[in-house]
Amino acid sequence: MTKATVYVTYKESILDPQGQAVQKAASKLGYDKVYKIRIGKYFEIEGTGSAEELKTQVEALSNELLANPNMETYRVEVQD
Amino acid sequence: MKFAVIQFPGSNCDFDLLWAIRDVMGAEAEFVWHDETSLSGFDGVLIPGGFSYGDYLRCGAIASFANIMPEIKRLAAEGKPVFGTCNGFQILVEAGLLPGVLIRNDSLKFVSKWQTLNVRNKQTKFTTEYAENEVINLPIAHGEGKYVADEATLAELKANNQIIFTYENGNPNGSVDNIAGIINKEGNVLGMMPHPERAMEDLLGGSDGAKLFASVLKNFVKVEEVNA
Repeated sequence: MTKATVYVTYKESILDPQGQAVQKAASKLGYDKVYKIRIGKYFEIEGTGSAEELKTQVEALSNELLANPNMETYRVEVQD
Repeated sequence: MKFAVIQFPGSNCDFDLLWAIRDVMGAEAEFVWHDETSLSGFDGVLIPGGFSYGDYLRCGAIASFANIMPEIKRLAAEGKPVFGTCNGFQILVEAGLLPGVLIRNDSLKFVSKWQTLNVRNKQTKFTTEYAENEVINLPIAHGEGKYVADEATLAELKANNQIIFTYENGNPNGSVDNIAGIINKEGNVLGMMPHPERAMEDLLGGSDGAKLFASVLKNFVKVEEVNA
């Protein structure tokens, strides 16, 4: 079995109100070293085939379904 | 009795709750914005349903750190009534005023319908106007209403009769032991997923919620009476 992880995050230019609201709550709690929080998504994917084959599919899947390339970026990691 | 109905950004049952306690029950009540820092002069707190902070992070998580929360905790510690329905229940568990947590419905669907409930404990200050094991009808409307808690917490809830309402004739969200509402050990903080404030008049489909507010008004005393 081959495993892939995908991290989907908003592009820097996209406003993340959820992250901002959580950051405000963190600041209210006194975490003064934390000045920015952005929230993204994390996918754990299990597959078959070589790491390379899975990576090709997961990248295509990320582009087509897991992320919206208009506003999000993604990063794929594959472990054998 | 003067009640504070707390408004968070995203609360959408706030007017229903104010209408229920003030216009139907005739009690004194007013809105209090979440950013306020005092509840002085209030005899009780009502936390409405809705989607505080857009349900960001987790339902009720951010609201549980709002500026008004220390005052809600103070009133709770003083034994005054604190009531949360739907998102209000989620806020109370996130704030640690009630045990357990509410997660996504088993169906993964938002459920909005009338639901039969069983009043499991009429010996609380919120339920004396009901009959023991009375079957009532209240509306539910939630996507994350499945109540869960660890074994030890559940055992404690049962041992202390803290499970106040359970779902009858089907479990709409997969709640453990059909739990729809629980009370704290001291008996003054109640949280429930159903909406009693939407069942106050037969004209609107049912009035089974009115007995809950009637019980509160009958059994909790005013600030002045305590101080007198």
